[in-house]
Amino acid sequence: MSEMSGLTTEQAKALFERFRELIDSHAAELTELDAAIGDADHGSGMQRGAQAAAEAIASADTPAAVFKAAAMSFISKVGGASGPLYGTAFLRAAGVQPQAAEWSAEDLRAALHAGYDGLKQRGGAEPGDKTMLDAWQPALDALDSGGDLQAAAQAAAQGRNATADLIARKGRASYLGERARGHIDPGAASSALLFQALAESAGGPA
Amino acid sequence: MTVHLVIVSHSAQIAEGVCELAGQMGGGGVRLIAAGGTEEGELGTSAPRIHAALEDALQVPDDAALILLDLGSAAMNAALALELLSPEQRTRAQIAQAPLVEGAVLAAVSAAGGADLAAAAAEAATGRDMPKVL
Repeated sequence: MSEMSGLTTEQAKALFERFRELIDSHAAELTELDAAIGDADHGSGMQRGAQAAAEAIASADTPAAVFKAAAMSFISKVGGASGPLYGTAFLRAAGVQPQAAEWSAEDLRAALHAGYDGLKQRGGAEPGDKTMLDAWQPALDALDSGGDLQAAAQAAAQGRNATADLIARKGRASYLGERARGHIDPGAASSALLFQALAESAGGPA
Repeated sequence: MTVHLVIVSHSAQIAEGVCELAGQMGGGGVRLIAAGGTEEGELGTSAPRIHAALEDALQVPDDAALILLDLGSAAMNAALALELLSPEQRTRAQIAQAPLVEGAVLAAVSAAGGADLAAAAAEAATGRDMPKVL
């Protein structure tokens, strides 16, 4: 198993640029997932947020500044719960090493944990509730047990797929009860793309 | 300490209407700031809008802001707006655990009578028990 990498400012920018590309190419799929159990705005909302984030990070000069600029973009541009949730996650991640010119692997892992804790607090959900957390938690477990960012991305994708077996306890999908079963959670799906973007931006061979 | 009310709703019209109603009940002795709808003028809530309303309410040192809100993402965006304040400002703002209309009216009356933040919030919270079927 290869070691987890850290994150330079350029890699942080590449992460959000790649996230925009992935969100763009999966927007229809995210909207379809959301139409099944929500209000069908996840694809377009995330596109607005990821687009604004990719532009807002241009002048950032630290990884924290990149995450903070991305946070404010998601907070301003994405309606519903996704905006404040992604915004909180990125804002908390930025707060772990606010000044450092570059994040070590340990800094990056701590930032992702802070983001996850922010998501839990803001949304009041737990793993297993069919939310973003169900992609984030396996990804963090993979990193905590020594995996690299590729392993984290794979774990997030598996977590995303596993949300199909769950019933929702938060958000609009929770009104559907058993009818939500069989559908992948859109927030978990966009979160898996985030970890994919991270692996592709920072997880390459050193 | 003067307590101002920040009224958060998915609908800008609901927020304005609650300000009108609670303002009248407060007899003009309380300031209400509407933070309804999104920045695009659509249904929804917006942390930046709520944050701006809080900044407005908290600009005088020692003044406080009580947030009343409606449903769903309003709670998330209000909590996020609090997080965007400075630590000092955050000590002067809180979210009422109260239904929007009842809480706003009760808090307005209470704030107009000179209640501090904790007292206005406690008064708003009693709105949960207002009888609807007589």
